[in-house]
Amino acid sequence: MNRDNDKGKVLLKRSLIMACGMAFLLLCIIFRLYYLQVYQADKFKMLADENRISTRLLIPQRGIIYDRNGVVLATNEQNFQALIVAEQTADVQQTLDSFKKIMPLEDFEEERIKRDLKRNKSFVPIKVKDNLTWEEVSKIQLNASELPGIFIDEGLNRYYPYGEKMAQVLGYVAAVSDTDVKDDPLLEVPGFQIGKSGIEKYLEKRLRGKGGILKMEVNAYGRVMKEIEETEGVPGENITLTLDARLQEKAFDAFGEESGAAILLDVHSGEILSFVSTPAFDPNAFTRGLSHQEWNALQTNEKKPLINKAIQGQYSPGSVFKPLVALAGLEFGAIKPDTRYFCAGKMLLGDHPFHCWKRAGHGYLGVVEALMHSCDIYFYETAQRVGVDKIAEMARRFGLGQKVNIGLEHEKAGLIPDKDWKLRRFGEPWQVGESLISGIGQGYILVTPLQLATMTARLVNGGYEVVPTFFPIDDRTLLKIKKINVSDVFLDIVKQGMFDVVNHIHGTAWASRFDYKGMKMAGKTGSVQVRRITLKERQSGIIKQKDLPWKYRDHAIFIGYAPADNPKYAVAVVVEHGGGGSSVAAPIASKILYESLVLDPVDYRKH
Amino acid sequence: MYKPYETSFRGQRMSIKEKLMNISFWYVFFICLLAAIGVTMLYSAANGSWSPWAINQLMRFGVGLGVMIVFALIDIRLFMRYAYVFYFFTLILLFIVEVGGHVGMGAQRWINFGFFKLQPSELMKIALVLALARYFHASSLQSIESVKGMVPPLLLALVPAGLVIIQPDLGTGLMLIMTTTAIFFCVGVQIWKFALLGVGAVVMAPIAWHFLHDYQKNRVLTFLNPERDPLGAGYHIIQSKIALGSGGVFGKGFLKGTQSHLNFLPEKHTDFIYTMLSEEFGMIGAVSIILINFCIIAYGYSFAFKSSSYFGKILAIGLTTNYFLYVFINTAMVLGLIPVVGIPLPLISYGGTVMLSIMTSFGILLSVHINRNISVGKESSF
Repeated sequence: MNRDNDKGKVLLKRSLIMACGMAFLLLCIIFRLYYLQVYQADKFKMLADENRISTRLLIPQRGIIYDRNGVVLATNEQNFQALIVAEQTADVQQTLDSFKKIMPLEDFEEERIKRDLKRNKSFVPIKVKDNLTWEEVSKIQLNASELPGIFIDEGLNRYYPYGEKMAQVLGYVAAVSDTDVKDDPLLEVPGFQIGKSGIEKYLEKRLRGKGGILKMEVNAYGRVMKEIEETEGVPGENITLTLDARLQEKAFDAFGEESGAAILLDVHSGEILSFVSTPAFDPNAFTRGLSHQEWNALQTNEKKPLINKAIQGQYSPGSVFKPLVALAGLEFGAIKPDTRYFCAGKMLLGDHPFHCWKRAGHGYLGVVEALMHSCDIYFYETAQRVGVDKIAEMARRFGLGQKVNIGLEHEKAGLIPDKDWKLRRFGEPWQVGESLISGIGQGYILVTPLQLATMTARLVNGGYEVVPTFFPIDDRTLLKIKKINVSDVFLDIVKQGMFDVVNHIHGTAWASRFDYKGMKMAGKTGSVQVRRITLKERQSGIIKQKDLPWKYRDHAIFIGYAPADNPKYAVAVVVEHGGGGSSVAAPIASKILYESLVLDPVDYRKH
Repeated sequence: MYKPYETSFRGQRMSIKEKLMNISFWYVFFICLLAAIGVTMLYSAANGSWSPWAINQLMRFGVGLGVMIVFALIDIRLFMRYAYVFYFFTLILLFIVEVGGHVGMGAQRWINFGFFKLQPSELMKIALVLALARYFHASSLQSIESVKGMVPPLLLALVPAGLVIIQPDLGTGLMLIMTTTAIFFCVGVQIWKFALLGVGAVVMAPIAWHFLHDYQKNRVLTFLNPERDPLGAGYHIIQSKIALGSGGVFGKGFLKGTQSHLNFLPEKHTDFIYTMLSEEFGMIGAVSIILINFCIIAYGYSFAFKSSSYFGKILAIGLTTNYFLYVFINTAMVLGLIPVVGIPLPLISYGGTVMLSIMTSFGILLSVHINRNISVGKESSF
């Protein structure tokens, strides 16, 4: 009984200890609660909000691009797309099968849909097909009962009404790629498109706008329960370009099947009225997404539709360089306005023969006639006397050999060689023969069509240093344009030569002349060999251009302006492998200048 | 003035009225209070709906209340007499589950009676306490302090615990072992034996680790470092802590717990219901639950202290310890103090079996209290 008593005492003692232990453990729980709910409460409140609040960026409307007359060049079009929500249909496959009966789906499209369905929760809408026409939309809506889970959604798609005609200026927008700089959270939004080339890329930031923010409460599976708040975004800025859509269209069409570039400038402001590079691509297709085949076709096309020839194409200027050589000769005193040289069809430098394009020779001629006939001998002589460095200096004053920085990608600087350059580049001294070749715009010299247009404008606007631009020039900027250091008298002589090229019966572009209400055009032709003419060929008679394979034919070039007596528009046309400047390039330039006179889009402004 | 305490021990037999008068009002009140909070939380867990949980839970509690009263009215000597019978009956059921369960699903822990799923491991928590109480009631302190005297009670505990653990239900198995340990401690097993066992456990741990199922290993590892697998096993505990912590002092309000209602919190109607309560009612609500449970446990102890029979004392301590383990393990688990082991919060978490077994043990506890002055012989007899 004594032991039983002990047993009871032990039990009491031990159970009291245990009760204390339990109380202590419960106290631990309370301390833990205090730690989590008071001490760390802010941290966990933040984490809970991170869990529950999902922000979605709302894509702002991209800025619209207009031409100088307010014609829409790039806009946003409603895009209807069919979406499928898996949880809204009992059988996804059956829905897709019914959909295919209405509208066929490519195998790869179906694969993509199934992949997306697998990757996403069943309430996430998956794109079935986009860019639906009205007809297709109504078809789907008519058959809605057979298409459970299919919805029509509308979004905005970039649309370029002028398609390929504006492609090389405007560029296009497309999905963000890994290489794009992600400087804006908008770029992370699925389906967001940014400018990939052209003006769309150049002015991306202005056109883009600012995304709105939609805060939503979501559950653990990402399903949206309700909207919490919405911050409005800012739509992109609308942009007005100096282009004239009508002239752009006419200029583009003037090329027909030819490959090349044309730039039409307002000679006084440098505003670009049309900017053509052909053939081009359909920017709408790029924005929609190209198939592999389409992409390959563009890549392998020998006319290189993806290259912007107006700024990326570098060509020997050929004879269109001659006005500059004449000007250099006059300005630096190598020739005088009445200097005459005799053209016998060829001249010898040492014992090396230099040929004129006219084998029979032009006889005696002065600078104006030399320009009119595009006599090579006259410019060999001039170049020999004035020297390559002076020619280069004059060329640079007129915008050659340097980038305009027009804002489009991959603009090339061209090349104006001089003695220093030759030494730097090849480690060899300049040869006099190379000066002769430079005198007729061949050899090392490279120019882009945009530079040619710039040069032409500067030659005919009274010698003002205009810079081509896509953006309207206001009057104040206009007044600030500097005068180039060159005599007006000599400029007039060059203009006279260019006038005769077109308007003299013996001029090389006589066939392309026009007279619109007394207004005429002037200009200069050029043909540039893309391969060396062998001695054998010279002896056996030169093969006619049209008998050569396309890629061996000469480049045809023409620079021109109108009206001849009071220049307002300047144009540069390059037709790749077009053959002759007079036969191919001049008619295109003529058409463009004629249309510009007819439409006359530039308000009359004068310095 | 009528004093039930004085009348109750007059005879060794009490009338039903006497017994009813002796039921501790406050004890039952705290139980009902917790159950009411539980039903409220289940209403919230279903986003403010009585179905599917709250209404069921309410009905089960009603049944449980009946069961509790019935058990409270049973003479404590009957518990003593049938303690072993009940224990072995439950052990057989455990065997059946162990054999039949493997044939069925991966870890079936119940016997399906169609209208009711019996979970023998839950029953065993009561049966084991009864059997141990009876054993120690009869044994002397020498026997308790001897090695030989400890063999039968150890077997009584380890056989069912082992069966439960291989089911596998680690949580319940450990609870059986811990309840047994607590009883051993209270009856006076020498401290050095526990120390020895502790050392043994540390030595055996790597071997036991080897036998753990992968998911159990994961739970332990995830407990040690929840960020180890934030989307998998660690997800529960991370989200639970976020829910708790974001509740703050005053909570987000009834039906306004974002973590719970947006489904970030898993198992919010069962094992993690305490988290949801703490999110919606804050620290005030969370501490209140602890305090109510503290009262229930304190009452359990007072029943033990007041009981004149050793059997009654051990029974009350064992069942109260069992209840405490539920409360502590569940709250500590959702608070990230111990690994996630799948122990519900009694009276609040949704679940019929636990509700019934807990209400049964409350009934037995009340019976201990009602029969506090009844002397229980060494052998089972009236």
